[in-house]
Amino acid sequence: MSSISLAVETHDVRRIYKIRGGKRKGEAKTLIALDGVSMEVPRGELFGLLGPNGAGKTTLIKILATLLLPSSGTAKVDGLDVTTQTQEVRRRISMVSGGETSGFGLLTVEENLWMFARFYGLDNKTIKSRLAEMMQMVGIYDRRSTKISDLSTGLRQKMNFIRGFISDPRVVFLDEPTLGLDVTAARDVRDFVKDWMAQNPDRTLLLTTHYMAEADELCDRLAIIDKGKTLICDSPENLKRRLQSETLFNLKIQPLRKPTSPEDVIEAVPGVRSVTIADQIDFSELRLSLEGEDALPAVLAHLSGRGSGLLSLEKREPTLEDVFTQLVGRRLDEDTSQNSTGEGR
Amino acid sequence: MTQIKTPAPPTAKATGAMLFWRTMWARAYPRIVGSLVRERSWLFFETVLPLAATAGYVFVYQAVGAPEEYVGFVVLGGAMTAFWLNILWAMASQLYWDKEGGNLEIYILSPGPLMAILLGMAVGGFVMTVTRAAIILIVCSLAFSVTYTISSVPLLIAIFFLTMIALYGMGMMFAAVFLASGREAWHLANLLQEPIYLASGFYFPVRALGFWVAAASSLIPLTLGMDGMRQLLFAGDATLGFLSVEVEAIILLILSVFFLAAARFMLTKLEEIGRREGRLIERRR
Repeated sequence: MSSISLAVETHDVRRIYKIRGGKRKGEAKTLIALDGVSMEVPRGELFGLLGPNGAGKTTLIKILATLLLPSSGTAKVDGLDVTTQTQEVRRRISMVSGGETSGFGLLTVEENLWMFARFYGLDNKTIKSRLAEMMQMVGIYDRRSTKISDLSTGLRQKMNFIRGFISDPRVVFLDEPTLGLDVTAARDVRDFVKDWMAQNPDRTLLLTTHYMAEADELCDRLAIIDKGKTLICDSPENLKRRLQSETLFNLKIQPLRKPTSPEDVIEAVPGVRSVTIADQIDFSELRLSLEGEDALPAVLAHLSGRGSGLLSLEKREPTLEDVFTQLVGRRLDEDTSQNSTGEGR
Repeated sequence: MTQIKTPAPPTAKATGAMLFWRTMWARAYPRIVGSLVRERSWLFFETVLPLAATAGYVFVYQAVGAPEEYVGFVVLGGAMTAFWLNILWAMASQLYWDKEGGNLEIYILSPGPLMAILLGMAVGGFVMTVTRAAIILIVCSLAFSVTYTISSVPLLIAIFFLTMIALYGMGMMFAAVFLASGREAWHLANLLQEPIYLASGFYFPVRALGFWVAAASSLIPLTLGMDGMRQLLFAGDATLGFLSVEVEAIILLILSVFFLAAARFMLTKLEEIGRREGRLIERRR
């Protein structure tokens, strides 16, 4: 694809942080946040970066948004180099992050948004008309005169969205935009994103998330990223299609005893491709990927042999979570869920 | 959510000087509105406390039978403390607070120049503080019957504005330095607050400190600014001045240029280092 038609392109981008905590006092340790990320996002695409916490998604987005320099490699936004053409890039982009607390509490919603719009050089007439339109669109018009210190998290995030889009950016970066929002507010935010993309087909949106359903619902294409590397990049449909040959089950069982030997794990049962287990207080949840349905009786027998009775069983279609598990070998939420793991690893 | 009916056309955005202008006033707005409209209680506290401190010094001078002009010196010094506090707590430390609050990232991401953001903070801070300083000056002058004999109004205005430009230029430079120093910013501001009252002669003629100490203190623009204004406000006591008003005006002009240039240089450097090391976006690293 030619550079002109690309909204975002990166070539072998690496980012290494120096952090405290080396072996000797005062010595710095290095942390590889990005390890040679290359990708191309055409104009007009809603592109997702999907990965667990600490995968490098935010680092990549911050490099593209000119807030960080790559340690090596090149990154371009709208055909402009983010390292050397910083000001030109900034005129074309915007970014909204989840849990953002920007703005001044003693100013109203309208005043804060006016201020941010002026930082982009917008004139008052344009700001007035766009603000009214966008506030109505996200449903905070009636709160325009409320001080932002009095807003709920959801309303504040809707305001942040207006801030991000009022400057009419060519490329928008959304970093975990629904983080901490309730179901309704998160849905409103996703609806806003879909509407904006539908009505601005030449604009590009790059979204980072660790919510699989959100990525599945919104993204034209997505890259799964883990430990600073891009593992795969395709449309959600194509990614899920990779697992069509597998049979997937969700099992709820009585708490599972630890295996007595390395061979006594579920993965050792013939026909089991992968399994993740999340231990709850009264039961365990298994996500099974099997070569075929005929492997299930052997799995149930194995579980029974380890003292776990079946509580419920559900056959299901592949999800992005399964794609991630297959690629990475663990669940996406494993970082935050200490009791979630496969047995054989 | 309701649907937008038609796609909005691409938005025209200002660049260059117009962008600088709009950014500057946009950043000044929260301070002006905040202090004059939304949080008027601040005005009360930030006026009453310096008033009390000023009154204390006046009573000491009156008790020891100091020349009457000294009361005027103290009143002017008391009024100018508002500017010094504003520089330390609302200029120098501000970018650090902005980073903690999430605004710094927005400033950097936007095409509006950081220098315009800082200038906006300075302009807003000046408007906010000049009100407080004026109240202290007027109330104390009336309460203690201070008599002013102004020898040159144009020169007085010039000295005042040169002092302000140099002072807020220094505040802008400090903002970059404090941002680089992270959480130490709080301690730095504390460290600078009280000693400068002494070194800059807020409550006495700085000449009393001796030439070399006064010369070193002159790096703080308030030192020469207050000295020059005192000479011009109390025309009979030019002998108590440190340097001639004209020389002080020239030095203040040089300091203004130096601090503004240094602020610009340091901001550019800081942004470069911040992008390289990730310090601009990481909170409490």
